Amino acid sequence: MTTHADWIQLDPERVLHGLQQEAVDKVNSAQGEVILDFSSVLRIDSNVVQAMEQLAGLAEQRSVKVVLRAVNVDIYKVLKLLKLTQRFSFLT
Amino acid sequence: MTEDIASLSDDRIAYLEGLVRRGRTAAAVFTQFSQQDVDRIVKAIVLAGLDQAQYLARLAIEETRLGVLEDKAIKNMVATEFVYNYIKDKPSVGVIREFPERGLVEVAEPIGLIFSLTPITNPTSTVLFKCIMAIKTRNAVIFAPHPKAWHCCQQAIRIMYETAVRHGAPEGVFTCLESPTIPDNNYLMRHKEVKLIDATGGPGAVKAAYSSGKPALGVGPGNTPVYLEKTAHLDMAVVDIITSKTFDNGTICASEQTVVIDDEIYPLAIQKFADLGAHICSQKETEILGRMVIDPDTGFMRPMAVGQKATDIARVCGLRVKPDTKLLVAPIQGVGREHPLSVEKLFPVLSVYRAKSVDEALRVCVDVNHAGGLGHTAVIFSRNDEIIRMFSEAINAGRIIVNSPGSIGALGGVYNDMVPTFSFGCGTGGGNSTTDNVSLYHYLNIKRVARRTQAHMWFRVPNQIYFNMNAVENLRHFPSQSTLIVTNPLLEQMGHVDIVRRFIPAQTPVRVLAIPDAEPEVKVVMQGVEALNLHKADQIIALGGGSVIDAAKIMKLKYVSPEADLEELAAPFLDIRKRVVQFPAQSNNQVRLIAISTTSGTGSEVTPFAVLLDKERGRKVTLADYSLSPDVAIVDPQFVMSMPKNLTADTGIDCLTHALEAGVSIHASPYTDSNAMQAIRMAFKFLPIAYQNPRDEEARSMMHNAACIAALAFSNASVGVNHALAHAFGARFGVGHGRANALMLPHVIAYNASVPTKFMPSPNQRGYIAHKKYAMMADLLGLAGDTVAEKVKSLVSATEQLLDRLEIPRSIADLGISKEEFERAMPDLAKVAFDDPSWRSNPRMPLVSELVELFWQAYRGRSPANLASVSGQATAKEWSHV
Repeated sequence: MTTHADWIQLDPERVLHGLQQEAVDKVNSAQGEVILDFSSVLRIDSNVVQAMEQLAGLAEQRSVKVVLRAVNVDIYKVLKLLKLTQRFSFLT
Repeated sequence: MTEDIASLSDDRIAYLEGLVRRGRTAAAVFTQFSQQDVDRIVKAIVLAGLDQAQYLARLAIEETRLGVLEDKAIKNMVATEFVYNYIKDKPSVGVIREFPERGLVEVAEPIGLIFSLTPITNPTSTVLFKCIMAIKTRNAVIFAPHPKAWHCCQQAIRIMYETAVRHGAPEGVFTCLESPTIPDNNYLMRHKEVKLIDATGGPGAVKAAYSSGKPALGVGPGNTPVYLEKTAHLDMAVVDIITSKTFDNGTICASEQTVVIDDEIYPLAIQKFADLGAHICSQKETEILGRMVIDPDTGFMRPMAVGQKATDIARVCGLRVKPDTKLLVAPIQGVGREHPLSVEKLFPVLSVYRAKSVDEALRVCVDVNHAGGLGHTAVIFSRNDEIIRMFSEAINAGRIIVNSPGSIGALGGVYNDMVPTFSFGCGTGGGNSTTDNVSLYHYLNIKRVARRTQAHMWFRVPNQIYFNMNAVENLRHFPSQSTLIVTNPLLEQMGHVDIVRRFIPAQTPVRVLAIPDAEPEVKVVMQGVEALNLHKADQIIALGGGSVIDAAKIMKLKYVSPEADLEELAAPFLDIRKRVVQFPAQSNNQVRLIAISTTSGTGSEVTPFAVLLDKERGRKVTLADYSLSPDVAIVDPQFVMSMPKNLTADTGIDCLTHALEAGVSIHASPYTDSNAMQAIRMAFKFLPIAYQNPRDEEARSMMHNAACIAALAFSNASVGVNHALAHAFGARFGVGHGRANALMLPHVIAYNASVPTKFMPSPNQRGYIAHKKYAMMADLLGLAGDTVAEKVKSLVSATEQLLDRLEIPRSIADLGISKEEFERAMPDLAKVAFDDPSWRSNPRMPLVSELVELFWQAYRGRSPANLASVSGQATAKEWSHV
């Protein structure tokens, strides 16, 4: 069985928008998994955290796997502290 | 506490959970911030706090009705400016301290979400201080101000929060609990996302914090004793006390409570208090005051008096005082419930006590300290350093303030160089975890990054070694006023002493002490010391085997350092550099010890060891210290040419064992390796020849040198488990040391070459290398094998063949020891071997069960070694990397 993956490259200037709009749209329409590319994102703020929590909830509802790619260790630590790592998959 | 929490409504819990969620998110986001980010925000909030210092002071006064506006404004400024001055250049993100010489680096880790209680007495200043600390350390805080100071605190939090966020701090970094209640506090204190409780307040709040099961900084009440000693600068002291006690109407918990004044200066001191605006209470006024401001039921101050002016307190109590009275001074006669004013009074009432002596003054100060002030603050005014020392030893206080005001002094940074704070740690005396002035380091988890360090090693040997045939002639180079030759009767009979005497400069008075040819006893050593003293000897020549040379080493020790306690010096140690008992320092040229060995095995002529027989206790005592090493070693083979065959074999194997064990020791170094390897090569080649042809001068010479060279190696690298086993077995069954070593040797090589059950901690080695070192030895001997395992096997076989050629019994059983007898001895053997320090440098840490197995292998005897677990991966070239 093959799975389809939707890929979103997050713009560091518009991370919140990327999560709240593009990522939400992709999760709503996805068949397999959604990959969010964090390779250009250096830091996240409280609003991004909130958006990620909401995205994780949506993905769980729709049984869509959200994969975070190239998350730097600082952001990973934020997600770990907030117990969000268990709600996403990670790709190097 | 649980019951309190049960009273919370669902809405209230949802509200509290919202605060926690915001705080923990902010704390998590904050972890990404750099030092520059943090310092930028800190500076911004400090400036905001300074800007609003007077406004916040006014709010605090209006709301709490405690204290003095001007003083509260000053406190707000201290809490911002002084604190900033202390922390501004201190790293708090990433690496915060480095100790390169120790290989240590400290790295800051934020704590996370902090729940912080703030007091009514110093409300806004405490908030400002805690906000600055939190930002500096990248933590988030939920504040729970005292309900009677909530509004002013909320404003302070708002100012700091808005400024912080405007400069980039995470949203939600500070929140303020609205309408805080005890159940709210209890709920948050127990919340799993709250990582630290910082409780500045009364005993109840502090106790609740510590009872929550969470890490807590709890800062509670004090009861500051002041000793006004007769050498004090009285004018300064009285002004300082008044300044401090009236500062913000005495609301700082470090302020002075009871001043104990030396009798000699009491009248003058009291007069000065009065002259500077204090009202001195009569006995009756003191009684009234005590009843009015202290609750007789609890023994604590009444809240209505806290932070009030002296004149207001006097009015309420019905005392007539001048309108400009700053302070009420109440003489008391003791400390305790019957003297109500001897407790903490956070208002301008000061008790004074007249002490007839220093002892009495100190006792009363201790009493005050124990009456609710343990761990907090104490003050002394004195110019007598000895009394200041006595006071600081007697009083249990985190801050002992000398010749300056208590309250402002304890805050730090104004009158002294203590850390500026608004939270005083009171240590265990106050139920706290620290006595520090709480500061940024208490708001951090500090991680220590410890790099592997290499222990300093050494290669210490006698500075003169003369070797080869007739090396004894070199004795003529050592002038002496009086020489004692220590030897044994047999060597004297053999004419060896005469040979030695021949080369001692003619004018030197020489005496000979012949001692029994056995391990030296204390009484033998003391006979030698007596002889040395009698003849005022400046040189000892030890001529003999290990026993004689060991005896001479200890004689020299006791001669030069009569106070040396041999029993104490024999105390066990793990690392010679860290040993508990140190040998007395000896001057190098005080008495010269020249060792001439007459056997080729122990190497005692160059080692720092000496074995003493403690006959009374039936045990051997090993002394080890480089000061025991002889000053000069003479390795002259003429003294071993007539050694009997069995002694040649046993001492030769002792030499080989020294070299093999030093070679694989965890303390081995390139310096010891070179000696160990050379000794192994020489022993394998020349020992069989010396055994077969005792008159072969070359073989004798080479073995004599090999023993010394092996000793140079093991003097610095030590030995291993073979010696531990041999010591235990030899002592139990009366088997000579060399022979006991021989019986264990092949089994120990195979054992050490196997993958250890337990590795020995060895910071100086990279990985387990014993098997590779054995392979290196096999290569050196030209033994067969392509892999490490094959080479180890060859080394074991070569060792077995050597033992066979030396006609050494193949097993313990061959010595005539029955299996039953050996079995009975086994528990003791294992225990003694395990207690033996020799194995502590062995490459493999032996389990007791492994020692037992090794004993049984030796009992059953030499057989093809079991090398199944020897690493077969390594190639022939591997040892070159060792």
